Amino acid sequence: MTDTHTPDAPVLHARGISKFFPGTIALDDVELRLMPGEVHALLGENGAGKSTLIKCLTGAYRRDAGTLLMDGQEIHPVSTADSQRLGIGTVYQEVNLLPNLTVAENLFLGRQPMRGGFIARRRMNEEARAVLAGYGLRIDPAEPLTAYSVAIQQVIAIARAVEMSGKVLILDEPTASLDHDEVQLLFDVIRQVKARGLAVVFITHFLDQVFAISDRATVLRNGRVVGECLLAEMTQRDVVTMMLGRQLEARTKARDVGPAGKTLVEIDDLGKRGMMAPFSLNIREGEVVGLAGLLGSGRTETANLIFGVEPADQGRIALRGQDISIKNPRDAVAHRFALCPEDRKIDGIVGDLSVRDNIILALQARQGWMRPIPRAKVEEIARSYVRALDIRLASLDMPIRLLSGGNQQKALLARWLATNPAFLILDEPTRGIDVGAHAEIITLIEQLRADGMALLVASSELEELVAYSTRVVVLRDRQQVRELTGDQITPDNIINAIATEEVA
Amino acid sequence: MIRSTHLPLLITLATFVLAYALCASAYPAMLSLRVVANLLTDNAFLGIAAVGMTFVILSGGIDLSIGSVIAFTGVFLAVILRETSMHPLAAFALVLLLTTAFGTAMGATIHYLEMPPFIVTLAGMFLARGAAYVLSTESVPITHEFYDTLQGLYWKVDGARFRLIGGLMVLTFIVGALVAHRTRFGQNVYALGGGEQAAKLMGVPVARTTIGIYAVSGGLAGLSGIVFSLYTSAGYSLATVGVELDAIAAVVIGGTLLTGGYGFVAGTFFGILIMGLIQTYIVFDGTLSSWWTKIVIGSLLFAFILLQKGLTWAAKKRAAQARMRTATGSAALS
Repeated sequence: MTDTHTPDAPVLHARGISKFFPGTIALDDVELRLMPGEVHALLGENGAGKSTLIKCLTGAYRRDAGTLLMDGQEIHPVSTADSQRLGIGTVYQEVNLLPNLTVAENLFLGRQPMRGGFIARRRMNEEARAVLAGYGLRIDPAEPLTAYSVAIQQVIAIARAVEMSGKVLILDEPTASLDHDEVQLLFDVIRQVKARGLAVVFITHFLDQVFAISDRATVLRNGRVVGECLLAEMTQRDVVTMMLGRQLEARTKARDVGPAGKTLVEIDDLGKRGMMAPFSLNIREGEVVGLAGLLGSGRTETANLIFGVEPADQGRIALRGQDISIKNPRDAVAHRFALCPEDRKIDGIVGDLSVRDNIILALQARQGWMRPIPRAKVEEIARSYVRALDIRLASLDMPIRLLSGGNQQKALLARWLATNPAFLILDEPTRGIDVGAHAEIITLIEQLRADGMALLVASSELEELVAYSTRVVVLRDRQQVRELTGDQITPDNIINAIATEEVA
Repeated sequence: MIRSTHLPLLITLATFVLAYALCASAYPAMLSLRVVANLLTDNAFLGIAAVGMTFVILSGGIDLSIGSVIAFTGVFLAVILRETSMHPLAAFALVLLLTTAFGTAMGATIHYLEMPPFIVTLAGMFLARGAAYVLSTESVPITHEFYDTLQGLYWKVDGARFRLIGGLMVLTFIVGALVAHRTRFGQNVYALGGGEQAAKLMGVPVARTTIGIYAVSGGLAGLSGIVFSLYTSAGYSLATVGVELDAIAAVVIGGTLLTGGYGFVAGTFFGILIMGLIQTYIVFDGTLSSWWTKIVIGSLLFAFILLQKGLTWAAKKRAAQARMRTATGSAALS
């Protein structure tokens, strides 16, 4: 295979790829060169355009501009099946195989060996066994797919993609739900595929894994290519800097650390196996603790564990020195905790309910449905928060989905503020909202802190964390790696903490 | 080797053996070949329709039009043979073409308009029944020497007559099983039942397969209608009301999962035999109301649905345990 290519000729060359969505430019003149026999990491924070680029390559989206050259020939894939035929195979985080078929049936679906018009089952099983053995899997291909672990299913999906396509293999977050040993198994397979001369595109949020397996990387930010680099010449710190786009100027904020209140929440070794390593955290009244880390580092998981969205299987939480048990969000609300979730469209707003009902939802839920809040009181609460947070709307009766992102976010904040929480957790409070609303929410956070509330804020915006946090906890690979206080809180230090190699 | 996916089929088989043993212990005469031959003859039309239904349910769909299509086929044949001099074989070909086209149209509607199969085939059910009424509201007798010839065909063993239509049903089951398990079309049907999105990403021709499934179901309903007209020597627009529900019951008792993806054509065969057996028992008993058939079938269905739930639950639990094992295993290593 490899001898048909000179080392410098890319197998797949995407040039000047642009993709527009109403109101946004998802990809702007993006170039991607994939060499045979290399693992190419595609990096970027959420919304950088990675998945849009992949969808343009696999034909799931039609590109609006640019050319796609496969071995020098221009190609126009119109569907995933089409791009498979052209030689581009894709494996997704969620295994896209069929749980009701056997391993061999999955491997050969659509191209089964035939004899006399019928599928030659025995031969299919034998061939499947041989193919999988080539990937180091010695399993019975006549067993149903679900008899095997996700990692093995992932390898089967890779085997199918490689056997069918054989030029480019795109792995979209294949390791997201695998544990350490399973990742190693997958890496062995990736190395074999690479040795066969395929170009492998590897997408992940785990930087350690990028450096462990990849040869080169293309970094995207805001739909543009920031750079293409040989990873051997880079450090994790360089890559993080490229991804986040911060110039590492020393910038500290003159902060007035308010009088440290009493310890409100004490978290001791709280964790859940397979989700989050045990962590401890004390939060005092009048304090904002920032949670920093790349996507997938455990920010949301931390928030969910504390709030009982995911019940923890170890550790304890104490409120004002008293042990409390939080098994679900109801318990958390009862202890005057509040959580504004990351994805407000899915976890937060109830799109078709009015703004008023959305604001009153949590308070009413805590009261219980047996004791409805009087209409006049509802009106008063809703009005006061709309005024206080400057939520812009035509009327309180309009469905909340019609509001802009920033106003939705403020309405969600209002929902939880109405319950008068002692401890407020905000997960990405400024994701996807415009600059003006952004500044208002930051001001609001500082105001709440000054009023003596305890806040835990998870964010990927470093500047923002630096602006309002009294302490910053840095997470990495679902573990707490550092805690920064006072003058240590700078974007520079946070990036360093994120990128530092783990000292084993 | 016994695999977990074969378990529902084995349970169906065991149920059949047990039911037959119970019947035989009460009425030893039920062990005779004549009973077996009658079982095949009496359930031939239902069995053929149930093969089509098996494909539909395997793909995760449903076809409610079957009973009406059978009635329409019967009336159509009776009217054609009365009004014209067309040879029955030509009429058979014509009606098979019509019913297959009808199924194709329903499949295309389901796929291209992204409509739920339940609604589309419900409309098909009314359409076909209405068309049968339009042709004739009366029962139309069929008198044709070719019909007599076909009805006279049988294979006699020890006084038991294995008739043509019973043989046709067995043949349909064999072909159906081969298509389901040994052709790409059959594999695609299972793939659709396992998950349409994943199937699409794996390159399964979803449009062709969906349309094909309902075409097969429509065509087999047509064949079932032909067999029914041979069985009753008449076409009547009020006949075979609710046969689609009997077919669904046979498929489910045969161990096919109603949500699609898991099951066997052979299972449906034993589902049909179990239902036929219950009916035969009631005939032998003579004192029981024939409605007891419904009650027993209802209870059986309920038992099988519970069984399916139980099996799914057990499989999930096993998978969860496997995950826990790998998790603890790696924790021990690190």
